[in-house]
Amino acid sequence: MSGHNIFPKWSNKLPAFILAGLLGAGSVVVVIFWYWFSPANLNVGYQPKQPIPYSHRLHAGELGIDCRYCHTGVEKSPTAGIPPTETCMNCHKLIKKNSPHIIKLRESFSKNVPIEWVRVHQLPDYAYFDHSRHINSGVSCVSCHGRIDQMETVRQVKPLSMGWCLDCHRDPVPHLRPKSEVTNMDWVTPSNQEEEGLKLKALYHVNPREDCTTCHR
Amino acid sequence: MNTTVDLEVKRRPLVTGNQTFESISDIVCKPVEATPPKWWHIALLGSITLLALLMSMIGYLVWEGIGVWGLNNPVGWGWAIVNFVFWVGIGHAGTLISAILFLFRQKWRTSINRFAEAMTVFAVICALVFPGIHVGRIWMAYFMFPIPNSMAMWPNFRSALLWDVFAVGTYFTVSLLFWYVGLLPDLATLRDRAKTKTKKIVYGLFALGWRGSSRQWHHYEKAYMILAAIATPLVLSVHSIVSFDFATSQLPGWHTTIFPPYFVAGAVFSGFAMVLTLLLIARQIFNMKELVTMRHLENMCKFILATGMMVGYAYAMEFFMAWYSGNPYEQFAFTNRAFGNYAWAYWIMVSCNVLSPQFFWFKRFRNNIKLMWVISIFVNIGMWFERFVITVTSLSRDFLPSSWGYYSPTFVDVCTFIGSFGLFFTLFLLFLKFLPMVAISEVKGVMPEANPHHKEAH
Repeated sequence: MSGHNIFPKWSNKLPAFILAGLLGAGSVVVVIFWYWFSPANLNVGYQPKQPIPYSHRLHAGELGIDCRYCHTGVEKSPTAGIPPTETCMNCHKLIKKNSPHIIKLRESFSKNVPIEWVRVHQLPDYAYFDHSRHINSGVSCVSCHGRIDQMETVRQVKPLSMGWCLDCHRDPVPHLRPKSEVTNMDWVTPSNQEEEGLKLKALYHVNPREDCTTCHR
Repeated sequence: MNTTVDLEVKRRPLVTGNQTFESISDIVCKPVEATPPKWWHIALLGSITLLALLMSMIGYLVWEGIGVWGLNNPVGWGWAIVNFVFWVGIGHAGTLISAILFLFRQKWRTSINRFAEAMTVFAVICALVFPGIHVGRIWMAYFMFPIPNSMAMWPNFRSALLWDVFAVGTYFTVSLLFWYVGLLPDLATLRDRAKTKTKKIVYGLFALGWRGSSRQWHHYEKAYMILAAIATPLVLSVHSIVSFDFATSQLPGWHTTIFPPYFVAGAVFSGFAMVLTLLLIARQIFNMKELVTMRHLENMCKFILATGMMVGYAYAMEFFMAWYSGNPYEQFAFTNRAFGNYAWAYWIMVSCNVLSPQFFWFKRFRNNIKLMWVISIFVNIGMWFERFVITVTSLSRDFLPSSWGYYSPTFVDVCTFIGSFGLFFTLFLLFLKFLPMVAISEVKGVMPEANPHHKEAH
């Protein structure tokens, strides 16, 4: 069949190209699922606009109001709780009465209609999460919510993905601190954290489970 | 006695009827080049109808959920796993013929290996359907594979079911490669014989530029040998791992060490039966009696007899171990198997698998084509029932009598299984039409003319 070739010369390279293409396509699909579809890519940085531009930086940071002043349920119940208008009114009855935002707040108070705060940290319905269990084990607010005291508007900083939860459930020691420091945003991990963490783990009976029913009940 | 020279031994010829290289090519290429006969169109239509049945049953299953099958407590594994093991098992004869017999230089394999390998590939495709759909929510089927994900979730690497994914996946890949590499020289033959441009291009594309130079043959034979060496352990490993699906659980009747060899023997047994079923028909229709000789058929009958006896031994040994272990649960499981609620299935299995091959002790029956075909069908039926008996009898009698139940398939189970034959035969009929069903180059290689010293005076 010499001088009668059906295929051009470049077709010799075709099998190698096809193979490389398939491998490349396979890797791209994995990366799409692994990274692009992941909460780390899709959810981190979520920063919705709130009905009133409440500043955590000012209240929790500058003024140093403890988290638990507003999020009262955090030590006792599964949810930390969004404060009712009444909590704001404790101070704002007197402070900055004429700000347009506070007027809005007062309206909510007098009409008895709650402010519709937009939820930032949203776990799926099939994931069970209990704030009190974590707070009472010496896991700080910062571990999951970041430096709220530095945020003008709250945004999500951690992926809250299953893999991220498991990272800590598999090795909680580096994330533990004394219960008294749980809401302390400035707390610095001591140099002997490995040692201290182990002590706290024993003290608070921290034995996080990894089986399905721990979170999917 | 002089031991420095080879003794001249006359071997029985592997190809009969004064064939030449040219006539071999003509015989094998004829079905590919000629317009397909009427029966082929009818058979293809029938197969595609069954394939459509399979597709619609799968569609119904996906739409409606796994509840359309007969599965329920306590029998959570039904026809899906039975069919899966049945189809995977059938594939094994192909690999055995192509790989193990190749490494043992059993030259008689050349006439039947292409056919058997095609059967392997198609049977494994049919098998792969079932684990794919049995998960119910098939869009979650990717959970079967270890793919990195943000849930930090991996399949259970300690589970035999995951090993099974790897085993069958490897098996399919290697079988396909082995089959394809073997096809290369023959695809080039078809390309060179092709009369139309389209055929030239299509066969040329798949022939990967094969010219038949001695350099290419040199590489080719090495590659073929390496693939044979890779495929050989798979004959043993794949069905061993399939048997682990059962054997690593703690259910009486499943939890036995005899399972791996017993499953492998059963797989080869069922595979040879299926090769025989198909080959007897093809040989008749395509007039290949001089390539696939009585000797080939007789050898396969001997394989069926041997592996059938192994399977029979395993059946007996299971009962012996149940008695010898003194374990009352094991004893109950086997008494129940033979005399309990599924005794009918057990005795179908025993008569088909152990009794029917006994005919092959006699040369008279090993040369009787009709009887051979009937027995091969019985073996196919028997081996399906073997998997049914293993899966269902143990599950239906749970540890607590309050959890006992009786499993029956629904029409969806039955039609899905029947439909899988549609998939198999559609692929097979397309194979018969578009690819050479006998390895042309290999058959030529075992003819006396291939010997460089042929016709030389000694």
